[in-house]
Amino acid sequence: MWGRRRGAGPGGGAEELRARRREREAALRKARREQQLVSKRLLREDEAERGHDGAGDAAEAVLEPVLQGEVSELLRGVQRGSEDRRRWLRCLRRALQSKETQQEFVRLDGAVRTLVGLFTCSLPDVQLEAARCLHELSHSSDAAVAEACVPVTSYLLTYLSGHSIELMELCLYTLGNLVVESEVVRKKLLPQGIIPVLASCIQSPHEAVLEGLGYVLSQLLQAKEAPAEIIPLVLDSVLPQHMLRLVCSGLKFGTGAAVEFAWCLHYIVCSHTANVELMSLGAVPALTSLLCDIAFEISQSDSEGLELLICPVLRCLGNLLAEETGHEVQPQDERLLVALFVVMQCYLQQHPFIIPESLWLINNLTADEPFFCSALLSMDLLPALLQLLPHSQTVSVLVLTVLCNIAEKGPAYCQQLHQQAALPLLLHVLMVPDPEVVGQCLELLHLLFLHWPQVAVDFVRQGGHQTLEQHQSTPELQERVRALLDMALQPQDASVFSSPSAASSTFSQMM
Amino acid sequence: MLLSALRHRLRERPPLPPVPPPASAPPRPPFAFSPRRLRLGPQHPLLEDGDVQRHLYLREALTGRAEEAERPRVSEFYCHISGCSQVFDTLEGYEHHYNALHRNVCSFCRRSFPSGHLLDIHISEWHDSLFQIMAEKQNMYKCLVEGCVEKFKSSKDRKDHLVTVHLYPADFRFDRPKKAKSGAKHVSCPTDHDGSVLMDVSVETSEQLQADHMEVVPSESMEVPQPAASPSLPEKRLYKSRIPSTICFGQGATRGFKGPRKKV
Ligand SMILES: [Zn+2]
Ligand SMILES: [Zn+2]
Ligand SMILES: [Zn+2]
Repeated sequence: MWGRRRGAGPGGGAEELRARRREREAALRKARREQQLVSKRLLREDEAERGHDGAGDAAEAVLEPVLQGEVSELLRGVQRGSEDRRRWLRCLRRALQSKETQQEFVRLDGAVRTLVGLFTCSLPDVQLEAARCLHELSHSSDAAVAEACVPVTSYLLTYLSGHSIELMELCLYTLGNLVVESEVVRKKLLPQGIIPVLASCIQSPHEAVLEGLGYVLSQLLQAKEAPAEIIPLVLDSVLPQHMLRLVCSGLKFGTGAAVEFAWCLHYIVCSHTANVELMSLGAVPALTSLLCDIAFEISQSDSEGLELLICPVLRCLGNLLAEETGHEVQPQDERLLVALFVVMQCYLQQHPFIIPESLWLINNLTADEPFFCSALLSMDLLPALLQLLPHSQTVSVLVLTVLCNIAEKGPAYCQQLHQQAALPLLLHVLMVPDPEVVGQCLELLHLLFLHWPQVAVDFVRQGGHQTLEQHQSTPELQERVRALLDMALQPQDASVFSSPSAASSTFSQMM
Repeated sequence: MLLSALRHRLRERPPLPPVPPPASAPPRPPFAFSPRRLRLGPQHPLLEDGDVQRHLYLREALTGRAEEAERPRVSEFYCHISGCSQVFDTLEGYEHHYNALHRNVCSFCRRSFPSGHLLDIHISEWHDSLFQIMAEKQNMYKCLVEGCVEKFKSSKDRKDHLVTVHLYPADFRFDRPKKAKSGAKHVSCPTDHDGSVLMDVSVETSEQLQADHMEVVPSESMEVPQPAASPSLPEKRLYKSRIPSTICFGQGATRGFKGPRKKV
């Protein structure tokens, strides 16, 4: 199942594909900043219908719109009820891949009603074909088209209590697409009983059904009204325990479903309304052990697509461990730290987006737990951490913050940081023209100087004070630079290590 | 650093040296660092890249089954349910047919239901002789929505509930009160006065396609031989459809039938 998706097809050079992907990413970023980021999934039958552009949005793989008047011809064919109704439906379904045709179709009198009638009829293959037509409509980028399908929601839910896998899958992806259309749709689905239906559906043994169900739920949980209106209903059902179970079995069974449910958990966790419940289900140790298994897996083979499972799992752990009671449920298991370093090392080139999120989780582990600080040092993970320093501004700040967490634990920790040659890299960081990065580096140097004065001595010996002086004119750094220079130079004979001009400028400013 | 060394640590957990006692001090101005676990909300900028990847995946993922034409063929076989003569040459086709038509069938009247829940309700309301007696004393009509525990005095009250509380369509197909045994071909929403009624009727009369899903009654069914697939259709279809006879749900004329309750 997992392998069947993301068929990369021919078309365009690699450079061109990359450029188009960047364009798409930029559009998504913009939508996210405007809080408009919603997406739909497409369930289609055959390769031929999917277009040939592997990098394209699924929605773009469409046929040409049919000619004016042909849509009503198709509808009449479907309504006529001749023996080849199913063939007409098939033509209609293909035609409905075009947005213009969709728009024309839903405006036709009785068109959606006809589809709903056939969708609920007792001829199994007519029913399936009608379901596919409705699914194409639900996937439309035109909200008016998708909303025309809203009368079908009660039937979509009814068939989810049935047993036909193929039909259930279609119902689920159609529902998932409709869910993000508007709050009006969701306000209708909740009283229609979507949560209890999903709760009984989640006990299905079929991977395809579970993945579709996870998709619906993730769409629901992303809604802005979810924390107040949807998450409480989900928590009152059996869904959370099953979601957790399915996420955690994601390596052995149903990776696609695990990805969907992991995103569901992420949306619940970051709503900050249900974390006590999730922790009482054992989410922290369960997800920790999953992350270790995934890390083991990716360290020995290319497992395409696992980054989309890792990402929400990391986020859940990060936010759960940030809870007041987070550290109480946190197992003192250094493998979590190891797993994070494995993930960062494996994905640094291919999926760099995973790096800041991993570092954020490492921050949450090391902030209050000497155990993880000590484990990081004693397992020789420091070089891998320091290597990340030049990666990007965000990453640098996060790495320095983790180092601060460690240094803050006192002399024994600072001594080890010093022994493991952190200082030369910090001197490089001081040359970065970014006040936020340098500022964090100053905090770190301060902790090191404070707890392990030998660092200050070596700092001056390596000329660090000269680099520092360059930042004296930066307003947000000034004070700290001065204080650090003071600390570094005070116990020593300043004239030995520093140029007279530097020393005098320092003193003159102190006056 | 060696990935293999790390991998080893994921499985073996060699012992770690003791954790040195921490000796933290509060930050001294102008320094301000103090360790903090951070909670990130859904809109936090740090999560932007990951969210973008997630949505790219949703948009690009093409989930699908193999085209029917490409599905593995098996030698043709008939549906084994007695009275059903449909022929299949793929397991998927059969699976859907069986589940849609034969899975939730009332053993008394052969009507077929989309779910076990609706079948259970049908059996008790139509075929349980105690039901009417009980219904005179207490609310017996269960809500059709799974997960709702409401019960009602009559199917009419239930319909009102479905429409007002669950926002179900007023003409919800699986809640049509039965009128008469022969009733039935006419399916229309009472609010319709336009062509869609005609359309509906034509849908259901021209082919005797019963748009309702509820029932398959062998004795009343008639077979409509479908033509062999036209050349444009890749798969060969031998299709004989069963035509359900009536539209019915809710309290009905055949109520009172006595016999062992069993489900198919
Ligand atoms: Zn059959
Ligand atoms: Zn019956
Ligand atoms: Zn109800």
